[in-house]
Amino acid sequence: MKFTLKIWRQKNAEAKGAFVTYRVEEISPEMSFLEMLDALNKKLAAEDNDPVAFDHDCREGICGSCGMYINGHPHGPVPAVTTCHLSMRHFRDGETIWIEPWRAKPFPVIKDLIVDRSAFDKIQSAGGFISVNTGAAPEANSIPVRKKDSDEAFDSSICIGCGACVAACKNASAMLFVSAKISQLALLPQGRVEAKERVRAMVEKMDELGFGNCSNTGACEAECPKEIKLTNIARLNREYYKAF
Amino acid sequence: MALAGLFLLLFLPVHLIINLMLLSNDPEPFNRAAHFMASFPLVKIFEIILILALLVHAAWGVYIQICNWLARPTAYASGNKAPTVFFSKFMIWTGLSVLIFLVLHFFNFYFIRLGLVPGDPKDFYSVAYTLFSVPAYNYIYLFCFALLGLHLYHAFYSAFQTLGLNHRIWSPVVNIAALIYSIVIPLGFAFISVAIWQFR
Repeated sequence: MKFTLKIWRQKNAEAKGAFVTYRVEEISPEMSFLEMLDALNKKLAAEDNDPVAFDHDCREGICGSCGMYINGHPHGPVPAVTTCHLSMRHFRDGETIWIEPWRAKPFPVIKDLIVDRSAFDKIQSAGGFISVNTGAAPEANSIPVRKKDSDEAFDSSICIGCGACVAACKNASAMLFVSAKISQLALLPQGRVEAKERVRAMVEKMDELGFGNCSNTGACEAECPKEIKLTNIARLNREYYKAF
Repeated sequence: MALAGLFLLLFLPVHLIINLMLLSNDPEPFNRAAHFMASFPLVKIFEIILILALLVHAAWGVYIQICNWLARPTAYASGNKAPTVFFSKFMIWTGLSVLIFLVLHFFNFYFIRLGLVPGDPKDFYSVAYTLFSVPAYNYIYLFCFALLGLHLYHAFYSAFQTLGLNHRIWSPVVNIAALIYSIVIPLGFAFISVAIWQFR
C-alpha cells in the first residue's frame, strides 16, 4: 500500500510547527500504524533527516502513550483501539492521512507528535489515590463489595489516561478521564473514606490546569479507546455536589 | 447553568398554553391571562426568578464557552469527526440566536408592560396579531423556534447529566422526553404563528 502523510512537525515547544508531506510505499496492510511510522522514520534516518517524534511504549494498547490525532479522530478512525492497535488495512490504498498531536492548552507540544500529558499526573496526584497502610495483602472477603459495584469500578479503572477524551472533546475537557479516576475509587468502600476531599481536589486541579468544561456532546465516550462511559461523568458531578 | 436551564424549560409550556389562547377570536381570554401573569404576586416572584435564571444561564453559557475556546488555542487541521449529536456542538450559537430573539420579544411585549416602550399593555392580543401579520417577523419567529428546538433537545438531557441524575432505566426515558419536548414545544409556538399569519 502507498500513503501520503501530512504530519505535524515541530522542533520543540517554542518552535512554530507546520505540516510536512511524506510519501510511504510498500506498506503491508497487516502493519500497525506505528510500524508504518517506524518505516517512515527508517527512511528519514537513512536520508539523514530528523525522524518524526512520537510517543509509544507497550504497543499492546494498555500504556496509553501512543496518542495521536489521525484524520479527525484521536487514535484514528477505528472505534475502541489505540494507535498501536490500528492497522493500515483500515485505510484506503493511496489515501492521504493527516497526523496531528493532541491539541489542548494543558497538553503543550514537546516535539512533533509528542505532547506533555503531565497535566493528567498532576490531577491524579491531587487526589486520585487512597491513603492506607498497604502492609500485607488483606483477606479479600473482609470488606464485602457488591458484584455490580466491583464490575463498574473495574470498567472505570481500565482508563489508560491516554488523553483521547481531551483530544476528541471540542472543549478540550478532561471530565471523562477525571470521572473514571473518581469512579474507580468512589464505587468501592476503601475509596469512600476520602471521597469528598478527592473529588474537590481533582476537579480544582483540572480547572486550574486550563482544561475546558464538559458540554455533554459525548465525543469523549465515542472516541475513547477503552470505551469509558459518560455515566462516569454523571457520577463525578454527583460526587462533586455531595462534597459540599 | 443546568438548574437555570431546567427552570426555563418549566416556563415554556406555561407560555405555550397562554399563547394557545391567541387562536380564539375573542381577545379577552388571552389579555386576561397576560394581565394575570403581570399582576398576580406569586407569578411576579416567579417572573423575577425567571429573568434571573435567563441572565445566569446566558452569562454562564458565554463565560464557559470562552473558557472552552481558550482550552484549545490551536484547531485540528483534519477537523473533529467524533460521532456526536450534530447540534450539540453548536449550543452557544443556537443559544445566542434565541437570546437575540428574546431581546426582540422583550421589546415587543415585556418592555411595553414595564413602560419602557410605548404600547398598550392591556391588549397584547392585538400586538401579537399585528406582529404575526408581518411575513418577515414570521420567518424570523419560525427560524428562531427551529433553533430553540435544537437547543432544547441537547439542553434537556444534558441538564440531567450535569446534575448527576443518570439512571440505567430512567436516562433513556429522559432522552425520549427531551426529543418529544424539543419537538412539541417549538412546534406549538410555530403552529400559532402560522395559524394567525395564514388563516386569520
